[in-house]
Amino acid sequence: MARTATNTDPTEAMITSLAMPDAPWARPARESALARLRAMGLPTRRDEYWKYTRPDALTQLAAPEAAVLVNDETIMFDETDRLKIVFVDGIFDAAASDDLSLEGITIERLEAAQSDLHWAKNLYGVLEERGQTPVARPLAALNTAFATDGVLIHVTGKPSKPVNLIYRHESNTSDAILHSCIKLDPGAEMTLLENGPAAARFNNVLEVEVADTASFHHVRAQGRDHERHAVTHMFARIGANSAFRSFTMTVNGRLTRNDCVIEIIGDDALAHVAGACVGDGDFLHDDTVFITHDALNGESRQVFKKVLRNGATGVFQGKILVKAGAQKTDGYQISQSLLLDEDSQFLAKPELEIYADDVACSHGSTSGAIDEDAMFYLRSRGILEDEATDLLTLAFLAEAVDEIAQEGLRDGITARLGSWLQRHRS
Amino acid sequence: MLSIKDLAVKLEDEDKQILKGVDLEIEAGTVHAVMGPNGSGKSTLSYVLSGKGGYEVTGGSAELEGIDLLEMEPEERAAAGLFLAFQYPVEIPGVGNMTFLRTAVNAQRKARGEDEMSAAEFLKTVRARAKELKIDADMLKRPVNMGFSGGEKKRNEILQMAMLEPKMCILDETDSGLDVDAMKLVAEGVNALRSEGRGFLVITHYQRLLDHIKPDFVHIMADGRIVKTGGPELALEVENNGYTDILAEVA
Repeated sequence: MARTATNTDPTEAMITSLAMPDAPWARPARESALARLRAMGLPTRRDEYWKYTRPDALTQLAAPEAAVLVNDETIMFDETDRLKIVFVDGIFDAAASDDLSLEGITIERLEAAQSDLHWAKNLYGVLEERGQTPVARPLAALNTAFATDGVLIHVTGKPSKPVNLIYRHESNTSDAILHSCIKLDPGAEMTLLENGPAAARFNNVLEVEVADTASFHHVRAQGRDHERHAVTHMFARIGANSAFRSFTMTVNGRLTRNDCVIEIIGDDALAHVAGACVGDGDFLHDDTVFITHDALNGESRQVFKKVLRNGATGVFQGKILVKAGAQKTDGYQISQSLLLDEDSQFLAKPELEIYADDVACSHGSTSGAIDEDAMFYLRSRGILEDEATDLLTLAFLAEAVDEIAQEGLRDGITARLGSWLQRHRS
Repeated sequence: MLSIKDLAVKLEDEDKQILKGVDLEIEAGTVHAVMGPNGSGKSTLSYVLSGKGGYEVTGGSAELEGIDLLEMEPEERAAAGLFLAFQYPVEIPGVGNMTFLRTAVNAQRKARGEDEMSAAEFLKTVRARAKELKIDADMLKRPVNMGFSGGEKKRNEILQMAMLEPKMCILDETDSGLDVDAMKLVAEGVNALRSEGRGFLVITHYQRLLDHIKPDFVHIMADGRIVKTGGPELALEVENNGYTDILAEVA
């Protein structure tokens, strides 16, 4: 697409419209991210990793309007004892949030962290920058440069309950940029929960540093608002004998692009990333995953399942890179879609790039409809067609949902997926 | 109980007539066996009665207690009291056997306007029935038919039958793939369900199943029709002489 001389450059226009927060400790990281963004430019359809997903709604100056969905569902994770940190349209809501103190963990808000020398200096924008090669992720650089808030979490022990970032959406035109950093010390362990639509347009970055023998669990439920747009990046670097587990449920949303970039740098570590998404109609969901094995005996799993109907689109771009010397790597990748009609589509690009000779890596990608034989079997036992469809659809999603280690959280997610299916029957 | 009159069925996508006028009356409390060579239409009969897609009824009727079966959805036929024990039970990954059983039991109760079975009552009943069929707790927990042996799959069919308590049971080659011990176990399960109010249609290739499930009537099916009807001795005749003589006799 040729630009005429009268048009300003969209990247510059975007930069001009945003203000860089001035906390001194993060300033160099923000400046450097801004330089990266200028060099890369905002993504366009011509970029290899935006071939299937039109980035326009994410790169246009103003957030596309998104109506706030009024619904009577209880808030996600309400049945779980957790420390709540609430953002409304990207703005911290102190009254709705819990006190940020919890044993074994220190939590600060990004916006409030003003000291000249902050521990997060070694993390903020660092993993994002590492994640820019070999694939450019300009919207993450934009986020590092201009994020207005987020949390900085330092996990030193084993906090007694999960931390829950709740992203409420109340304004039709809100445009939120949040950035959170999590650092787990050796042996530390935490569960992070995230839920909510966040804003009309949401750009979120999560940087997670998992030290040796530490363990990070992450369960995310991206909100139900139909018209919202979101781009999220999760950058993780994980050390020896550590574990990183992340699951994302996505229901509705006009556009969701979830990038996940994981680097395994210590031996005997594991990284599991999974997602279950359900979309009906004007819906595009894109999982773009890049896992790098750079240590011995690493295990990684990518399990992504998508249920699509009424013309919804699913995208999966997943890569396993095994560097030279990363022997005994066990890499698994599966991406599958269940198309509930002929109008929906699933676009998948699985990639393996392997430079070590003693590894076991497998990948698979399928697209299919409900199994007719299973359907008849269930109906012949008296189960109604709708109910049988729901049972088989939840069964299809189960491999991804089962990646959630905690039973209570798993059941909660399954229940939400079940109610979505009930609301979206033909 | 089950009344089939001049039933004619062709494949939906192909110009191939499978059933060419089947007549069969099954009274409550009786066991009817249908035997016949491969391709005679036995399995098609069971599928058409239970509502599987891919077939087109070109003539005749099938009624369960005076209600037209052929107009109903598969789940409605089930709620009306029809049950098919599959020749090849379907494996369903991700759906737990218990969830499946409970959903089916309650769906049928709901369709009939009855109260759902409570979780405790269901558990108690399913455990008792499973024990009789030597189905262990692990099989109940696993996804439907996943990793089950041939015999386990067939026992699981009988367990479903026992839980759903249908009026009319169709067993499609329930003996196929079973060793002698497994067949006995399945037959005992079936015999335990024989009652005044229940009819059975047992489709089989071989007489040996009928040693264990004693039929009141035996029908020989060939080329889409029932060509001969008799008592249990007819099954022995097939066992001893094969189908050739019988088919030659009726031709």
